[in-house]
Amino acid sequence: MRAVEDAVGVQIPDNARIIRNLLHGAQFQHDHLVHFYHLHALDWVDVVSALKADPKKTAALADNVSNANVGGAAYFKSVQQRLQTFVDSGQLGPFANAYWGHPAYKLPPEANLMAAAHYVEALRIQARAARLHAIFGAKNPHLQSLVVGGVTCVADLTPDRIAEFLYLWKETQSFIENVYIPDLVAVASFYKDWGGIGGTTNFLAWGDFPETAKEPESLYMPRGVIKKRDLAKVAMAKQEGVTEHVKHSWYKDGSPKHPYKGETKPLQENPSYKPDKGKYSWFKSPRYENDACEVGPLARVLVAYARGHATLKPLVDQTLKKLGVPVTALFSTLGRTAARGLETVAIGKAMEGWLMQLVENVKNGNTKTYQSWDWPSGEAMGVGLNDVPRGSLGHWVRIENKKIKNYQYVVPSTWNLCPRCGNNKMGPVEEALIGTPVADPKKPLEVLRTVHSFDPCIACGVHVIDPDSNQVYKVKAL
Amino acid sequence: MDKEERKLFEKLEGKGVSRRDFMRYCTFLTATMGLSAAYVPKVAEVFAAPKQRPPVIWLHFAECTGCSEAVLRSQYPYIDDLVLEVLSLEYHETIMAAAGQQAEEQLHAAMKKYQGKYICVVEGAVATKFDGGYGKIAGKTFLEIAKEVCGKAAAVICIGTCASFGGVQAAKPNPGGYKGIGDALGIKPVNIPGCPPNPVNFVGTVVNFLLLGKLPALDNLGRPLFAYGKTIHDQCPRRSHFENEEFVTEFGSEEAAMGYCLYKMGCRGPETYNNCPIAKFNNGTSFPIEAGHPCIGCSQPDFWDKMTPFYQEM
Repeated sequence: MRAVEDAVGVQIPDNARIIRNLLHGAQFQHDHLVHFYHLHALDWVDVVSALKADPKKTAALADNVSNANVGGAAYFKSVQQRLQTFVDSGQLGPFANAYWGHPAYKLPPEANLMAAAHYVEALRIQARAARLHAIFGAKNPHLQSLVVGGVTCVADLTPDRIAEFLYLWKETQSFIENVYIPDLVAVASFYKDWGGIGGTTNFLAWGDFPETAKEPESLYMPRGVIKKRDLAKVAMAKQEGVTEHVKHSWYKDGSPKHPYKGETKPLQENPSYKPDKGKYSWFKSPRYENDACEVGPLARVLVAYARGHATLKPLVDQTLKKLGVPVTALFSTLGRTAARGLETVAIGKAMEGWLMQLVENVKNGNTKTYQSWDWPSGEAMGVGLNDVPRGSLGHWVRIENKKIKNYQYVVPSTWNLCPRCGNNKMGPVEEALIGTPVADPKKPLEVLRTVHSFDPCIACGVHVIDPDSNQVYKVKAL
Repeated sequence: MDKEERKLFEKLEGKGVSRRDFMRYCTFLTATMGLSAAYVPKVAEVFAAPKQRPPVIWLHFAECTGCSEAVLRSQYPYIDDLVLEVLSLEYHETIMAAAGQQAEEQLHAAMKKYQGKYICVVEGAVATKFDGGYGKIAGKTFLEIAKEVCGKAAAVICIGTCASFGGVQAAKPNPGGYKGIGDALGIKPVNIPGCPPNPVNFVGTVVNFLLLGKLPALDNLGRPLFAYGKTIHDQCPRRSHFENEEFVTEFGSEEAAMGYCLYKMGCRGPETYNNCPIAKFNNGTSFPIEAGHPCIGCSQPDFWDKMTPFYQEM
């Protein structure tokens, strides 16, 4: 949409920009909450150990670390009872056959019970938070009110719809600040060694949330690139710097290409998996000025931190201080997971201001949500750069006579999970996994921690090799 | 009220759900399913934690996981109740704690333990060209996995347009030869299409199965009639504007603000069978036409090829 808007040269109205920011902000609140509790927490939290917890001590721990509006010994006892009933049923459902009891789990039973209780609370909060999207976007997932030129939900700019949004936003943000972040810090304090594991080298953020019509100057989450972990040298990221390689991807060979000239020619065969030589992935390998770059929460937070972001810089500094770890601990699995939480707080906070701007506009009679536009004659090109919860997302389109001539997008998981490039350089996840301590190669919980910390958008294939036995274990990270 | 029933309501109250709310949900679900009011208490019983929860194996093929996400947003019952107390979700790649080899073991253990008894839910299309080579998990093609797991199920439910009819993967030129499950395997599953479908239609189908021991009545495309029996157009709250020829011709216009008919903006409501205007999404919050966007026909077969270009009048 932004790519087409760039190609046809339309400037969307203020209200459309604000509503898109609100919807996008709600996406971050929702996605990151679900990622932390439901897609990542069980790498750190042993649910089975929670059965051994003392509910009274759990209540004391919870009172000490979090401001959750549920708690107390009776509450934790009922959660534990529910878990016990579930386990006693013999049908363990989604908790069956996991790595419970693994030596890499470090939380005491009480912390495990607290986290398990909040896992369930978060399931409910996320269902309600998804309604934020439905208010101005029809439904969640797959919202449907965005069009080239603005948004379609002009009939929803009513006091009751805005109030509904404000109410749900408050409930969600309160959970993020009072439960998610305290849980994150509490869990992290037991896993400080993970502040030295799973880091990468280069970071790219397109940035997002334009606060005026000027981009990239007004982006609330700023645009930038950091090379070799040098926070003193954050540079402006330019779309011209992107190329995609296909040497190790299941596409017809060709030179690295900028997305405007990109080709997608999948091999006409049953592709075989040959990691040592040749092709082994459906992902292409995106590179920024020939370097692999990590994208996502950590990249965004590092760019914001390096640029002295008014909200994020102090948030990061306070969190590092609370945990007693240096800035270098950010370059890690723990740093990535913490960055996700901290940017959720910052973006969530900013949403309130955006909503109030919308209220002001509507109050003053400005309900313009759409700018009409015309097709350019002949050929047109456009690029749309976004930063979505998983990371930097770029779309490139070439239009000829009102039809798409070429369309390429480079999505976050392609950046993070790409195979090696034409110069055989590793991608971020491969780099991050090198040196991961694995206590039991048959149960590589530690590998899952790092892979999941990137919030991969695919079921991906990982291999673990034991250097002593040289045995290769195939591991699916789901 | 018998003892079991009292226990259920006490439990619900403990979770902050009043008896009234719960019965209202059951009534809504019963009505959505097209059953008479006499079934309301029976629907409530389904949620009263059965001794053995019916096992579900949920497969992911070529898809975006949006359908799983949609079910995760289910509010009455909340997903934790659905997963912890109504069903036994034996395998689901996104939310299961096990990974890799342990996940594979769990799949095969569940298939063996519940052979012929589990509900198989499929999300996503399967590749059929190049021996199914364009889609694999753990070295096996989607096609092989689908044949094996669907073949031993008590019932197969396809959630979403991709599993039902192929979806975006099957749009031209369809390089991997993607197909929906029914076409790829030559079977007749229940199809709950939509991009994503409304979770209430999935829950309704499952409850129907648990309640009556059989699948709901289906149309010729395998879709439950209770949800897909009428067109969006026939249930649309903007229908009177259509009859009065009051149309939106530009987004954001005065006509759009007044909620006029979106037919001239390319609305596919007249060709699309679904209950969006009645059930609405995210606990009745909205649906595309209410948000001022034309229906794109996402629950119809081949909608990417047949309903596009989206913003042109039919």
